[in-house]
Amino acid sequence: MSSTFLGMPAAPPRSPYGTGNLRGDRKFPKAASGELRNEQLRRNLGKATRSIRAKRLAVTGELPDWERLRDAGSAIKTETMNRLPELLEQLERKVTEHGGTVHWARDGVEANEIVTRLVKETGSDEVIKVKSMATQEIGLNEHLDTQGVTAYETDLAELIVQLAHDKPSHILVPAIHRNRDEVRDIFRREIPGVDPDLDSVPAHLAAAARAYLREKFMTTPVAVSGANFGIAETGTLSVVESEGNGRMCLTMPRTLITVMGIEKVLPRYRDLEVFLQLLPRSSTGERMNPYTSMWTGVTPGDGPQEFHLVLLDNGRTAALADRIGREALNCIRCSACLNVCPVYERAGGHAYGSTYPGPIGAVLTPQLAGMHEAKGDPNSSLPYASSLCGACFDACPVKIDIPSLLVELRHQHTERSGVTAEKLAMRTAAAVMKRPKLFTAAQKAAGAGRVLAGRDGTFSHLPPPFDSWSDSRDTPAPPKQTFRSWLASAEGAATLRAAAEEGVPAPGPTGAAGPHDPEEQR
Amino acid sequence: MRIGLFATCLGDTLFPEAVKSTAVLLARLGHDVVFPPEQTCCGQMHVNTGYQREPVPLVRGFAEQFGDPSIEAVVMPSGSCAGSVRHQHEIVAERYGDAALRSGVAAVKAKTYELSEFLVDVLDVTRVGAYFPHRVTYHPTCHSLRMLRVGDKPLRLLRAVEGIDLVELPEADACCGFGGTFAVKNGETSSAMLQDKMRHVTGTGADVCTAGDASCLMHIGGGLSRIKAGTRTLHLAQILASTRTAPYALTEAAR
Ligand code: SF4
Repeated sequence: MSSTFLGMPAAPPRSPYGTGNLRGDRKFPKAASGELRNEQLRRNLGKATRSIRAKRLAVTGELPDWERLRDAGSAIKTETMNRLPELLEQLERKVTEHGGTVHWARDGVEANEIVTRLVKETGSDEVIKVKSMATQEIGLNEHLDTQGVTAYETDLAELIVQLAHDKPSHILVPAIHRNRDEVRDIFRREIPGVDPDLDSVPAHLAAAARAYLREKFMTTPVAVSGANFGIAETGTLSVVESEGNGRMCLTMPRTLITVMGIEKVLPRYRDLEVFLQLLPRSSTGERMNPYTSMWTGVTPGDGPQEFHLVLLDNGRTAALADRIGREALNCIRCSACLNVCPVYERAGGHAYGSTYPGPIGAVLTPQLAGMHEAKGDPNSSLPYASSLCGACFDACPVKIDIPSLLVELRHQHTERSGVTAEKLAMRTAAAVMKRPKLFTAAQKAAGAGRVLAGRDGTFSHLPPPFDSWSDSRDTPAPPKQTFRSWLASAEGAATLRAAAEEGVPAPGPTGAAGPHDPEEQR
Repeated sequence: MRIGLFATCLGDTLFPEAVKSTAVLLARLGHDVVFPPEQTCCGQMHVNTGYQREPVPLVRGFAEQFGDPSIEAVVMPSGSCAGSVRHQHEIVAERYGDAALRSGVAAVKAKTYELSEFLVDVLDVTRVGAYFPHRVTYHPTCHSLRMLRVGDKPLRLLRAVEGIDLVELPEADACCGFGGTFAVKNGETSSAMLQDKMRHVTGTGADVCTAGDASCLMHIGGGLSRIKAGTRTLHLAQILASTRTAPYALTEAAR
């Protein structure tokens, strides 16, 4: 008899996680704690998210087919994820046919190397940049800096963040945590040759930035951009923006390098019809964004004469492998979910530690970069950074069920984190509650605990881990009698009998009869 | 109608008055209220905290207790527990249950209602003979609002209450910050959310802040008690069960 040792059953091979700015250095509750104490931050955020929420509701409410647009967006994105490999190859073919060059980057490290090499090949040591989440995610600016190349952000808010040596805290409004006085101070300090008496009137601040940026647009031969959409059918890339700085970067330099996450591909040109309605209305609350740029490869004598498309995986294939979690890849980065999120509004974007904050960040970041439970990874706290209130799901233009994804990621987390004190407590709770006799006994024990309560019948201090609860909330002591013991008592039975006999009480002299309020329009 | 009453573990243990009121209300409306005696907990806290294996027996217990076909509807004074039964039990059953559990869960899910939905959608009644001469503001809890989509049903019930002075809560649809274990795991963020909710509640000058979920009310009420606010919390069922002959006395403890 012979046998072959096949080795231990191993987990199936999986795609590697992403690298770059996808992990904070502290868990969410700790990071949020600091931010929550920043009164200025909370005021700035509250004000900004409230106004953008109102704008969004106005322009989404006016469209009679908004819900059907959302369904269409969701369907197209789901189709895209199901056909991702073939669509990407089609995109590559089309871009190449039109004179562009396509590069494939497995992770942030590879993408950074590719971009750096391409920039160096042009002989320039400066690049201008269009606001881009993908390059933020891989830390491109920092990498270029170590290679002797200076990157200039040209989006106003990104510029503020860059000049302040700060980090973006919002997908769309990276400097949402700053107010105009802070911006004025940053400009006075950081922009060479700026008027030392610059005030904080928004138009003056914009003018100062414009004067600074114009010169960069005119003199820099290379631009780096991201992409909102890449059309497989035609090889067309698209960037939507508000300020026109993107249009400058996409048209003026000789060389254009676009870094695009692979999930940004769309099957057909006509799909833009859906997304160019969904995106501006959801993100800035505008019917149409001021600038939509589209380009297909290279056009001789018009615009950049050299075009490179870097397709970035960086953990996206790993996310795609998750049957449930992959829905997060449908995100079009509109930031509506951030603006409606009560947790984001209080804690701010930095608390998430990732390029992607807010509800979408809480589900996307752990999937792109992993949550390594054993190492106390901050990413494993992100799925818990939500009260599951569901506002994000309602706001999402492509109907990503973020609350369900959060619950799913929490489950994956508990499945992989071994036996913890919390898991033991959960097991005990379930063991008690699955046996009605034990449950009743536990209720009695809890009822006996009322003697420990204060004179007002409440507990004002609880032991850890419940102390963070009792810091600002009283807890009622359990009443003498549970519902079930009342129901089993003579009093309970008599009360219900009496209620049945009494029926619906007749209205008083001012009230009306009938099953409905007469004033109610039915 | 033969109605199976689910008390919820929290209602049964900590807020029995809300459950009593639910039972009384349904009895007054002429229905036969039954209480399957072995019921305990729907397992929502487990699932929402990431545990799906552990609550399998709870999900099974719920399906067994209320599976009796003579029970025509399962009613509970909680939007979040109804949400759990309707949206989460099948996730647990699909993943860790057997065929029997899956079919049991599907059968019970189809007849499960939160109280206000049951009154307005199934019984087609908004005027339940209630009398409550106090100033009241209503907080729509997140799971009622966005998971069950109860919409304005609770408000329609409240508007039909005799003597009530119903005042609108500003930014009503904002979460109070409870979120189950969220309030413990992210206590500070939760508190920050609670502060804003309390500011809006006390700003209405209401005597009572009501809602369809004892858990959120425990959170809001716990905060209001701590700051010694003049507003107390009271479950929707308790307002609807209050009548001219048996009015709710606001001087007693909030529960
Ligand atoms: S998850 Fe939805 S709402 Fe959030 S940024 Fe992405 S597309 Fe927008």
